[in-house]
Amino acid sequence: MTGWERFLDTFFNARVMAKYWPDILYGMVVTVELAVLVVISGIAAGLALALLRALGIRVFNWLLIFVVDVLRALPPLVIIVLIYFGLPSVDIVPSGFVSTWLALALVLMAFSEEIFWAGITAVPRGQWEAARSTGLSFIQTLLGVVMPQALRLTIPPLTSRTIAITKGTALGSVVAVSEILGQASSAVSNSYNPSPLMLGAAAYLVLFIPVVVAGRWVETRFAWKR
Amino acid sequence: MIVEAPLIVEARGIHKHFGALHVLKGVDLLVAERELVFVIGPSGSGKSTLLRCLNRLEEPSAGSVMVDGIDMLDRRTDINRARQRIGMVFQSFNLYPHMTALGNVTLALRKVAQKPRDEAEALGLAALDRVGLRDRAGHTPGQLSGGQAQRVAIARAIALEPRVMLFDEPTSSLDPELVGSVLAVMRELRESGMTMVVVSHEMGFARAAADRVVFMDDGLIVEQGPPAAIFAAPQQARTQAFISQIQRH
Ligand SMILES: Nc1ncnc2c1ncn2[C@@H]1O[C@H](COP(=O)(O)OP(=O)(O)O)[C@@H](O)[C@H]1O
Ligand SMILES: [Mg+2]
Repeated sequence: MTGWERFLDTFFNARVMAKYWPDILYGMVVTVELAVLVVISGIAAGLALALLRALGIRVFNWLLIFVVDVLRALPPLVIIVLIYFGLPSVDIVPSGFVSTWLALALVLMAFSEEIFWAGITAVPRGQWEAARSTGLSFIQTLLGVVMPQALRLTIPPLTSRTIAITKGTALGSVVAVSEILGQASSAVSNSYNPSPLMLGAAAYLVLFIPVVVAGRWVETRFAWKR
Repeated sequence: MIVEAPLIVEARGIHKHFGALHVLKGVDLLVAERELVFVIGPSGSGKSTLLRCLNRLEEPSAGSVMVDGIDMLDRRTDINRARQRIGMVFQSFNLYPHMTALGNVTLALRKVAQKPRDEAEALGLAALDRVGLRDRAGHTPGQLSGGQAQRVAIARAIALEPRVMLFDEPTSSLDPELVGSVLAVMRELRESGMTMVVVSHEMGFARAAADRVVFMDDGLIVEQGPPAAIFAAPQQARTQAFISQIQRH
């Protein structure tokens, strides 16, 4: 065996790959499920919080800023572990899947709240004044005039942040979620061969390259021009 | 001044503090129906703040504001309904950039005046027609010149059929060659009998169209009277200084 053949046999072992690719495929399905749930719930919650923040209820906003800052400061893995191992002590026993979903959705909520809020505050005061001077209520102005402009400013940073957090689904492997990395690592320990990891990496590329490309398109498409 | 027509705007004893800054120091402004009151004064004298107190974009610290018989400062007043009667035009236009000209004009017609869509659009087009921009109904603000944008902003306000229109330096951010088109629309509005309060530096317009010129300085009305009297023979030293300064331009 030459060095090259040994390399191929170790990292791209056809026999091992043939045996484990269905596991990786299953992992892809779980990753997609997890990612979709995280994105939808995280962004919806972040948007809701930003809208509530606009109401300007001081005590609520202090609390909100504190929680958001904590969630942004903690490593996502720490939040996953806290939920997975911590909640059972108050008799709530979330699965690894639910723990990962909850943790990443909370992190995305925190970041997207900040992004939405930055978008809201970037809309000039004159927009509020013009709308209010015609008799639109606060809520009508926020939803009908300010948010459509804020969302446009929001889309590029939100896209890159969402992609970053979605890749965090791999952290679920730590709490036994059978997503791509989880499936790949158990295949590695069963086969004593790292080839399933290569399959896993390929699976991530297949999933995320289109997302990254789409994200780049969105970012240029929505770059703000007045 | 002799007031025969009923008063549309009655602002009395208006004070406004921004923290330690005392910006309005007891201003009375009474505007009769169909009157055009022209407000002048140095930058920072409180002209914008006074206008914004009239529709309660700013909350006066003290005083009373009645517009068309409605107590604007009463907590029980539905402020959003009351503001329909008071149109406002801003120096920076403040058009909604994500909507067409027609969308800008119809938004409050639909959401505040609760008109059905087709009726709102008919009224909106009529308002755009009045400012000479019916053919620009589908343009977004980015596709309009400054003069056109300001005329759309005027259409947005008059579409609600207000009882009084407030103008805060409507031509100050326009290129000189575009000022005339906006002033022409304001002149037409004035001739149709609209009650107007105009903060502006367009002295030619004041001479031609104003019933009364009000000079403000340092949060107070220093002097007021017919334009000819104020411009030709101001009584107060501060008014004289201001008039001679602007007339040098
Ligand atoms: N929202 C605000 N907060 C603090 N100070 C303000 C605010 N609005 C206006 N002022 C101050 O009030 C004074 C009068 O302002 P303004 O009414 O805009 O004057 P004018 O329109 O005559 O130039 C200025 O000193 C200005 O800085
Ligand atoms: Mg001003």
